Amino acid sequence: MAGRSSAEREALARQNAAIMAVFERAGFDHIAPDIIQPADIFLERSGEDIRARTFVFSDPDGNELCLRPDLTVPACRYHLSHAADATAESRYCYLGTAFRFPDELLSPQEFNQAGIEWFGDRNPVQAEARVMKLAIAALEAAGLSGLKITMGDLGLFNALIDAMAMPERWRRRLKHQFWRPQAFRSLLDRFARPATQKRTAISAHVDAIAGQDAEAAVAARLASLNLPHVTDRGVAEIAVRLSEKLADRSEAPLDPAMVKLIEAYLAIEGSVTDVVAELAKLPSSPALDGARRWFEARIAALEDQGLNPRRFHFSANFGRELEYYTGLVFQIEVEARNAPLVVAGGGRYNDLLHDLGASTRVSAVGCAIHTERVKAVLS
Amino acid sequence: MTVTPLTLGIPSKGRLMEATAELFAKAGLPIERIGNDRGYRGRLTGVDGIDVAFLSASEIAGQLRDGKIQLGVTGEDLLREKIPPTDESVDVAVRLGFGPANVVVAVPECWLDVAAMADLDEVAEQFYRAHGRRIRVATKYVHLTRRWFAAHGVTGYRIVDSSGATEGAPAAGMADIIVDITTTGSTLAANHLRILDDGVILESCAVLALKRELLPDPRVQVMLKALVKAL
Repeated sequence: MAGRSSAEREALARQNAAIMAVFERAGFDHIAPDIIQPADIFLERSGEDIRARTFVFSDPDGNELCLRPDLTVPACRYHLSHAADATAESRYCYLGTAFRFPDELLSPQEFNQAGIEWFGDRNPVQAEARVMKLAIAALEAAGLSGLKITMGDLGLFNALIDAMAMPERWRRRLKHQFWRPQAFRSLLDRFARPATQKRTAISAHVDAIAGQDAEAAVAARLASLNLPHVTDRGVAEIAVRLSEKLADRSEAPLDPAMVKLIEAYLAIEGSVTDVVAELAKLPSSPALDGARRWFEARIAALEDQGLNPRRFHFSANFGRELEYYTGLVFQIEVEARNAPLVVAGGGRYNDLLHDLGASTRVSAVGCAIHTERVKAVLS
Repeated sequence: MTVTPLTLGIPSKGRLMEATAELFAKAGLPIERIGNDRGYRGRLTGVDGIDVAFLSASEIAGQLRDGKIQLGVTGEDLLREKIPPTDESVDVAVRLGFGPANVVVAVPECWLDVAAMADLDEVAEQFYRAHGRRIRVATKYVHLTRRWFAAHGVTGYRIVDSSGATEGAPAAGMADIIVDITTTGSTLAANHLRILDDGVILESCAVLALKRELLPDPRVQVMLKALVKAL
């Protein structure tokens, strides 16, 4: 239906005031990030699924602008332009409209997000537990009950991959593809049998650089094939990838035990407290031991917040559709009419502020509530 | 009781129009134009109750989707682009075979290190780190591109809308790679572009598409039988 009646508007405003009161009482500064944002920031950073759903337009000078598809990036930009020191600890909350073209599920094209972002947190584990506590408290203040909480942890996955013997470029690929189960699977298969790869349209180019200086060989090959250089990709970039392909041919395959270990890890799920025993079965390495300690400390911190992590669900696979998170990921669902409905989500994203222009990496953790969905469940 | 006539959309000009007219004539259902030669309305002879609308090939899929016409002859590429796979109301009834062409992903030939979609994903990631921007894909097939790239786990790209001379976009610096339709590949080769090993998104040809609910309609049945026999 087009628009809200005054009764509907008031009901949503009342609900959202209850949510924001929780955030404000907790000491989060209520800011109003800009609705109109430079398009590039979103278009260059988000996955294509968000890009395809962003309202983009031009100003009279031809600059591309967009309506914010979410409020996390606008909150980061607010921080970078207002804070004297981007790494200084800052805690913000916001309530505002986000805009997306409807997807196949016909989500609304404008909806209100209420959320918090905590930058430069000094005690990461406690900040994560606090953010989860506040998300839950805000939903309860709005009137929801029966919340179902699911967690994942990119830190564990990354540490597991770091602990395995394989070339650094393979690690980078596996981490990059974590989000895409199918591509991840075919990558694992490829690393398990690097020598048996079929020849492709470019195998001859790989042959040609063997025993040569790769960059000189690529330049010579482009000249002899009479191929114009019609790209921003430099000869060096092309040469590096060809060298990697050459190196892959003679690389020792990924140990089958390691493949099994990755599969076993990704299959771990259960109550957050129960999976601790499963995680203990993973091998020992400095990175992995650290990630496990973090996981266990987070459980203790959640208990300190008065929560019962025994009732939270952990899935190693969780978060595979969400990009830009670097550690904790979580979502909160409630039973709606026919299926569970995701009403909130969040996590840790330590790369985003640096990516948006901060001079160093700044730790960040936050969450956002989909307020119309909360309203829909309640009415 | 009068039965509402169905409308069949047919390309208004070019090779696709000629081939369509030939096929319907061969099937014993010649297309008759109403009014003068330049009119945009007609009817099928040999079967009652099917009007013909001459439309630009690119409009036919959209009009079919919106229900403005009930039947249409168009390229499968345009059909798949305009009508999402989740829309089950439109169905390909007959592949007509003429107008064969492939929708493909092509990269500059000088990208010696890129054979397949999986390479493209790696390149996209490295390109972003090296240049601070996404690789750009010039295409008029925005939806086909998104679906294909998503199915292959490639996300780090940006689409540049291109409605003409797409194959020239990389050389002109407007894009890095393209998704375009090609028949012989010679235009691609002339522009120093190469199709990826797994870069054929769709093997397209002219199709007769219709609103699925009309399949049992006796007029449609008569027309389909005659067409299939003539093919």
